[in-house]
Amino acid sequence: MSGFFRVAWHVMRKDMTVEVRSREILLTTLFFAVSVVLVFSFAIVREGRAPDDVAAGILWVAISFAGTLAMGRTFERERYNDTLRALILAPADRPAIYVGKLLGLLLLLGLVEIILVPLVGLLFAAPIFSYPLMLSALLVFGTIGFAAVGTLFAAMLVRVRSRDTLLPVLLYPITIPVMIGGVRGTAALFQATPDEPMARFWIGLLVFWDVVFVTLALWTFEPVMTE
Amino acid sequence: MRKLTTPFIVLSAGMLLAAPWIINAAPYESTMGLVQKVFYFHFPSAILFLVAAIVCGVHSARFLFFKNQRADGWAVAAAELGLVFGAITLVTGPLWARKAWGVWWVWDPRLTMSLVLWMIFAAYLMLRQYGGPGSDRLGAGMALFGMANVPFIYVSVNVWRTLHPQTSVVPTLPTDMGIPLWFCFAAFTMMFIALLNVRADLEHKRARLEALYLAEDEA
Repeated sequence: MSGFFRVAWHVMRKDMTVEVRSREILLTTLFFAVSVVLVFSFAIVREGRAPDDVAAGILWVAISFAGTLAMGRTFERERYNDTLRALILAPADRPAIYVGKLLGLLLLLGLVEIILVPLVGLLFAAPIFSYPLMLSALLVFGTIGFAAVGTLFAAMLVRVRSRDTLLPVLLYPITIPVMIGGVRGTAALFQATPDEPMARFWIGLLVFWDVVFVTLALWTFEPVMTE
Repeated sequence: MRKLTTPFIVLSAGMLLAAPWIINAAPYESTMGLVQKVFYFHFPSAILFLVAAIVCGVHSARFLFFKNQRADGWAVAAAELGLVFGAITLVTGPLWARKAWGVWWVWDPRLTMSLVLWMIFAAYLMLRQYGGPGSDRLGAGMALFGMANVPFIYVSVNVWRTLHPQTSVVPTLPTDMGIPLWFCFAAFTMMFIALLNVRADLEHKRARLEALYLAEDEA
């Protein structure tokens, strides 16, 4: 078991080393996410006031758009340098490679969210500091569910034609339950009279989805990555 | 199974031709009137939509984990039928909802998940169509995720309070409504099995032809 996590750790560290040197994915993803939020604020905010309930939706739309961009890139880099074969050939558990990739992606998306959440709070007057723990739980579990499926699909699509268009086409329908949970839960916290039990219910559901998605992904990664 | 194809097609075609008369003979539902009759098509297609998802998921798992090449053909056939029966469900549902609830569509869990499942089928078929080589295994992975959604649709209506009637109303239907319902259900099921057989057979032949082409190229 320790070997499993060591491999995952090394894969993540490798990705992070590449990322720290180029900062390519972090900067492009962050810039894209910020642009999405700005476009929404141009479209929706009138005279400094946004309609109720939109902040949560916009936050999650930005996260999912930015996430798709990041997922595509992490594996595109492996394909471009033809290092995916080396990664697969390494004498290590395939699921450990998946977990390493997933952790790297989660770290990147977490950094993006640290900028994104205050930005949404600022532009849409969302009360982001009233329930910091519950909001972080929603963000963490929602992002895990989304990234778990995304990492698997991005990995599988590496060898497929027209992968750039197919990734969002496949990813969004499958992750809709996670998106609904994230948006509804966040909206329950952002509304004028916050609904704590509702938010807690959605956090529970997101944890359930995360377990289902991560288990299925670990289970399918091995056979789909075998040539 | 293949021997059943022709009789099933003939029988289900005959039964579906007779269905309008049988549905017409059933009594009117007291509050919803005529529009309730769409139920005799809505319920069977909705059930077969879910069956298609399960068939597709199970065969994808067989293909992915047990390397059963023929299972892939069954999965594709089930996915295409799921798209068709899902479309029937999603068209008849709003027609009924407009009269029963006063709205065409609500974001109720069961409705939402049916739409999502339909989108998953559509995405799966798009992947098979445009993915090129290697998309069969990826599709199988995708179908497994789709199947994970199915029990959730079924349970969701019992967990949350919703507009959609509980599935437990079906056994309590009066007999005069039960007869056309199960008649249509039988007709739709036979059609489903027959089409599944035909489509899977076509897919197996296509795969065989492709293998022959490849063998000739190498020779």
